[in-house]
Amino acid sequence: MTLQKFLTEKPWVWSFAATIVVWVTTVLFTGGASSFGLSQAALTFAAFSVIVGIGQMFVITLGPGNIDLSVPATMTLSGTLALKLMDVQDGMILFGLMASIGIGLVIGLGNYILIKLLRIPPIIATLSMSFIVQSVAIWSNRGLRIKPPETLAGFATSGLFGIPNIALVALVLSVIAWVLLEKSIYGRWISAIGQSRFAARMAGIPVDGTRLVTYMLCAVLASVCGYLLASFSGGAALNMGSEYLLMSIAVVVIGGTAVAGGNSNIPGIWGASLFMFLVVSMLNTYGFGAGFRLILTGFIIIAVILLAGGKKSNR
Amino acid sequence: MTEPLQRKEVVAARAIKVTFGAVKALDGADLVIHSGECVGLVGHNGAGKSTIVNVINGGLSPHEGTLTYGGSAVHGISAARASGVRCVFQELSLCPNLTVNENARIMHAELKGWNWRSRAGELVRGQLQKIFPGHAIDCDSTVDDLSIAERQMVEIAISFAGLNQRPKLVILDEPTSSLDAGLAAQLMTYIRTFIGEGGSVLLISHILGEILSTSDRIVVMKDGRVVADRAAKAFNTHSLVEAMGNVVREQEFSRKVTERTGAPVLSMPPHPRHGIAFQAYRGEMIGLAGLGGHGQTDALLDLYLEHNSNWWPSRKREIAFVAGDRSLNGTFPLWSILKNLSIASLGQLSSRKMVSDSREATLGSGWKQRIEIRTPDMQNRILSLSGGNQQKVLFARALATTASTVLMDDPMRGVDIGTKQEVYEILRSEAANGRTFIWYSTEMDEIRLCDRVYVFREGAIVAELVGDEISEKNVLAASFSEGEAA
Repeated sequence: MTLQKFLTEKPWVWSFAATIVVWVTTVLFTGGASSFGLSQAALTFAAFSVIVGIGQMFVITLGPGNIDLSVPATMTLSGTLALKLMDVQDGMILFGLMASIGIGLVIGLGNYILIKLLRIPPIIATLSMSFIVQSVAIWSNRGLRIKPPETLAGFATSGLFGIPNIALVALVLSVIAWVLLEKSIYGRWISAIGQSRFAARMAGIPVDGTRLVTYMLCAVLASVCGYLLASFSGGAALNMGSEYLLMSIAVVVIGGTAVAGGNSNIPGIWGASLFMFLVVSMLNTYGFGAGFRLILTGFIIIAVILLAGGKKSNR
Repeated sequence: MTEPLQRKEVVAARAIKVTFGAVKALDGADLVIHSGECVGLVGHNGAGKSTIVNVINGGLSPHEGTLTYGGSAVHGISAARASGVRCVFQELSLCPNLTVNENARIMHAELKGWNWRSRAGELVRGQLQKIFPGHAIDCDSTVDDLSIAERQMVEIAISFAGLNQRPKLVILDEPTSSLDAGLAAQLMTYIRTFIGEGGSVLLISHILGEILSTSDRIVVMKDGRVVADRAAKAFNTHSLVEAMGNVVREQEFSRKVTERTGAPVLSMPPHPRHGIAFQAYRGEMIGLAGLGGHGQTDALLDLYLEHNSNWWPSRKREIAFVAGDRSLNGTFPLWSILKNLSIASLGQLSSRKMVSDSREATLGSGWKQRIEIRTPDMQNRILSLSGGNQQKVLFARALATTASTVLMDDPMRGVDIGTKQEVYEILRSEAANGRTFIWYSTEMDEIRLCDRVYVFREGAIVAELVGDEISEKNVLAASFSEGEAA
């Protein structure tokens, strides 16, 4: 296998290369003092992006027009309600997790009901769903900040052999997602639907069932992420999901998943998530403000889409 | 008809050749239309009727041959329009979001300046009154609000209307396809009036009665050539159908006499208004014939979707589909040949919902050999294959399933003859093993391979042919309404 063939077949290599470059630059700038702390922080925060990114990737794989914009609201609602339910009691941790998974299932189902029954395009359906979900979160939260149970907070903020627990959770979820995508019938189905929905239907694939499951999967991953994030940051906040709207899409695109659907890539999500966090922290160490960081993030996404569209792989 | 030499040529297309890739759409066709005559143009699907219309109206430039309008050789749509050629297309071409008046403005650029709307209204209203006296079309309503028949009437009226310059030649492609008998008769009467005033009409219709009664001259096309060009009086329905068909046949196939045992594996109730019911028995090869676009593909899709849930994965597949329009509902362009082949039979290839790579590879190599997919490696992209080989993959996809019934939507479009013969062999052996095939084809040679044939017209099955009744003549006779029947 030549190097060029390797690079075109494994687009995630680019995101990892970029990650290493940014990591080295940042560490050199700070004189090497921060390398361990930076790596730990990068792994932790990247893990959240990875979890929501995987869900978004499944949805984007379904083909043009498929996207879930309700991710941030789902995270917020799940975090808020789970913490409220657990009420700082260690014994309720599992119930909290199950509640948040349940919230995800309901939101995913709601999204697809809007898309299918009311024939609303996914971008609008999920956005309006996100409005409803966010309002429910505001209504149930009422400005209270409830702490997570002691054990859960401890788990979310500590690590195993120097690797943050959150990153390990994300890794396990990634492996499961990879197996689903590459080895299972379901993975074949979503890829087929993403390439041609009509052809998929005529090949005997239950298209609507598969899409419903995918939207539910995405919402469940988002709500699990919200549950973990709220536990990690010591309480749910109403704006805790907002940054993950762009992030969940950006890591999918930068990671090498085809925006037009049908082709997805899990290792790339890791590379892209680490890269996005490291770029932000690099700009922080250089002393740039939040506005400039966001502008740069936008430019990076545009540049990646341009580059990915430019090199059409020859058939 | 008494002074043919003095009549002027409106359009003369001589020795026209047009090719689309390997397909010869027109292979040296001649069509000359004089002023003051109505020419009827008939032929089976793919005979080249639409192509020659597109050449005459300037939409297609011929690859060989000469095209002149009233003696001058000019090219292009605007040149054709300037020469007084107007065309009413089979697919209605009005803008649905505009009113009737506004649509008239699109066709008649001279409607401009102050108050063009009301002048356009007068023009269309006047013309509609001339062609369809007593009509009830409101010219201020948008086309969306009109029925399909009213749209067709408006389009015909707009084409015949002329503000400064009357059209010299109006091409009517299936003008009565959505008109009822009364309106069609009005139109035919008007055509005769228009001819009497010195205009010309090229009339394309599948209703032979209209063609025979309205035209002065009838041109029959087949395989891109004009095979007959005689005065309308020299034809009758029977001789016209014969002129369209192939007379000489070199091959004969032995059809098996199917004994219909047990219940039908597939059935469909007849069309609500007319037609007969569809039934398929085990091991039969059933052809769906008739002119293209008369409901065969829809019938296949209905049969398929009815037996395939969109929500739940089916445990056992009973029915498989072979696409004709590969890029629309056949291939998955990002995938390898192998994945394209195995997608419909993943259930058999997996245990606990996980696809087994080795079983998939075995299936792939088996079919690669059996159906001779010409590729060095089944992992190559599907689009690396030629069209014919892609089509073989789609056949293999359907045949590799456990489905007992296979639906085929004109799957041999654009497939070369060698591949066809290979696939016919496989189909025959599979049918002998008890599989049922339902095969829509626009090619007579393929229809003749079937044990039983249903002929479609206007969305319904109008005839069932069994065994030796299956001949081009019978299929044509059933697919063309003979006037009395309509």
